Amino acid sequence: MKTMFFTQAADDALSQAMAEDPRIIVFGEDIPLLRRDLLVRFGPKRVRGTPISESAFLGAGVAAAMAGLRPVVEMYMVDFFGVCMDALLNHAAKVEAFSGGKWTAPLVVRAPCGGGYGDGGQHEQSLWGWLAHIPGLTVMVPSTPADAGGLMLSALQHDGPVIFLEHKLLSESWLEFLGSGARKTVQFDIPAEGAKGTVPQRWDPLPLGEAVLRREGREVIIVSVGVSVHRSLEAAKTLDAEGISAGVLDLRTVSPLDKKAVCREVEKTGRMLAVDEDYETFGLSGELAAIVSEAGIPCKYARVCTQTTIPFSRDLEDRILPNIERICSGVRQLMK
Amino acid sequence: MSPDLWSLYALMLKARLFEEATALLWHEGLISGELHLGTGEEAIIAGVVSHLKDDDAMALDHRGTAAMLMRGVDPVSLLREFLGSEKGLCHGMGGHMHLFSKEHLAASSGIVGAEGPAAAGFALAAQYLRPGSIAVAFFGDGAMNQGMLLESMNLAAVWKLPVLFVCKDDGWGITTKSDVSTAGNINERVRGLGVPALDMEGCDVAKTWEIAGEAINRIRREEGPVFLHTRCVHFEGHFLGFQLIRIVRDPLQEMPKVAAGLTKSMLRFNGAAVRERIAGLKNVIESVLSTLQDPRRDSTNDPLSHTRATLQMDQARLKQLEDKIKEEINNVLMTVLVEAPS
Repeated sequence: MKTMFFTQAADDALSQAMAEDPRIIVFGEDIPLLRRDLLVRFGPKRVRGTPISESAFLGAGVAAAMAGLRPVVEMYMVDFFGVCMDALLNHAAKVEAFSGGKWTAPLVVRAPCGGGYGDGGQHEQSLWGWLAHIPGLTVMVPSTPADAGGLMLSALQHDGPVIFLEHKLLSESWLEFLGSGARKTVQFDIPAEGAKGTVPQRWDPLPLGEAVLRREGREVIIVSVGVSVHRSLEAAKTLDAEGISAGVLDLRTVSPLDKKAVCREVEKTGRMLAVDEDYETFGLSGELAAIVSEAGIPCKYARVCTQTTIPFSRDLEDRILPNIERICSGVRQLMK
Repeated sequence: MSPDLWSLYALMLKARLFEEATALLWHEGLISGELHLGTGEEAIIAGVVSHLKDDDAMALDHRGTAAMLMRGVDPVSLLREFLGSEKGLCHGMGGHMHLFSKEHLAASSGIVGAEGPAAAGFALAAQYLRPGSIAVAFFGDGAMNQGMLLESMNLAAVWKLPVLFVCKDDGWGITTKSDVSTAGNINERVRGLGVPALDMEGCDVAKTWEIAGEAINRIRREEGPVFLHTRCVHFEGHFLGFQLIRIVRDPLQEMPKVAAGLTKSMLRFNGAAVRERIAGLKNVIESVLSTLQDPRRDSTNDPLSHTRATLQMDQARLKQLEDKIKEEINNVLMTVLVEAPS
């Protein structure tokens, strides 16, 4: 059986696609160093570095996609979308609608996201809810190497703009680059199964908007994405020892959202805990409640999310990001 | 007026020793995340900051430690912040990349180029509320390709805002050489926006002090913004643990990790023609080599040794000063480390 690290899997799927489709080019800041293996295999015409000019190169990626290329544009961090949001909000997401469905921008925007390594509130946000809020954008948040590769391939084959988010605690290379700097004196709470895992011999695209049930549960369903899926699985084990049967649903893509799977699991259990590393208000966690409510399914609901700007202090940070303790107490609350 | 080299050297040494101490703590795992040192740019910061007065503002980048110290922020509260302490400058919320001191009108950002709009805004407020005061923006040459910084220069020029834009040019944007990412000449670029540009080496603190002083006087006279283009070396690269520097310092340890992937990619079936692959490999090797061969990466470009050489004429005074600052930084370290969780 073949195993891979998380980012290695995403890169491997990307390189499988690049070997088959010469329209795929990759660019972003420091890409010649960060994707040096792709650079050496596919050459500097297809793997390029950019100036620190996010508005220019992301905006260019959108139009290059409209004109026939399949660009993979890399952003240093999801937080830096703040600099160039116009390209996504007003352009990538709008082309299909504005052209009456005749034209699309099939680009993949790849960005590391998430916290848990002490880089502070400008470098550790999640923001998938903010992105998924915009009609026309597909937003992926894989939680395992197999999903990272499979979803990367679906992103590359999708006929519209896709944001592919890699959580830094899962990504061996991002965590070394930004978190440890090769130090052996720092430790991170890395979910082992998300950071390294089995992968297929050859990548096949995964369907978009299809959640996966990571753990069966009878009494409560924990719905989550990214690193929080692993935290939820850990919490479910603890709860199991207390006699509470909690399932875990991994959404995998925030947009499209697998409403059917969410409703199915809530119907089974009657209780839902949304666990979302993104900000609590006006986001994914509220959306999950809305879906269930609109479907008329009776449900006890609670959520564990990030409520404030992420503190730099590791202690404070660990307390405000969704953690096992908070998830367990959220579930216990629902069981009352 | 001529510069007081002794006090400028004191500012630089204090910042250097403080930052070297933080590097040690980072390596020990006591400081989390990235750590961007400003070692190598002290003469630029000292030459500018020593001219600032009470109501002046600073917009800092992710490398703002020296500027904060030289501006008079308490080193103990600064170091506490680096360690994420609740007693830190920003109660452990900001860390080294997001340092804020309202009383000094000093704000930092980890977003490249964001210093431009911030300085323009501080300067706008100064025009209304504190006439004669100025705002300084510190940023690297990588930021010169960021739209918001160039837009701010234009805004400052048309509104005659009292801004000193200080570009600390080390020839690199993160891990990318500036000559492959920055087209044309940045001084011409800035002049094209109507902002006068002054170019200088940033290693000689007497010169940076003189030129910055003239620029700041002009800005205080409400003659509009000025751009200072200064050159420096960052001895630690973009941040601590910088991969290119790791490879250079410890090739036997680091190179095999990098080389394995490269060799595999070179040989994999499907992909670019061999010529293209070689071009890709060259690209990687060149960035390592240019780190290694950077002609400025030697001690003659160290702004501290540069100034020290002049001050050595009075050995006794120099020793006294250095001992005093070392003791001060040691005391800061001791004060903060006894509080740190083990």
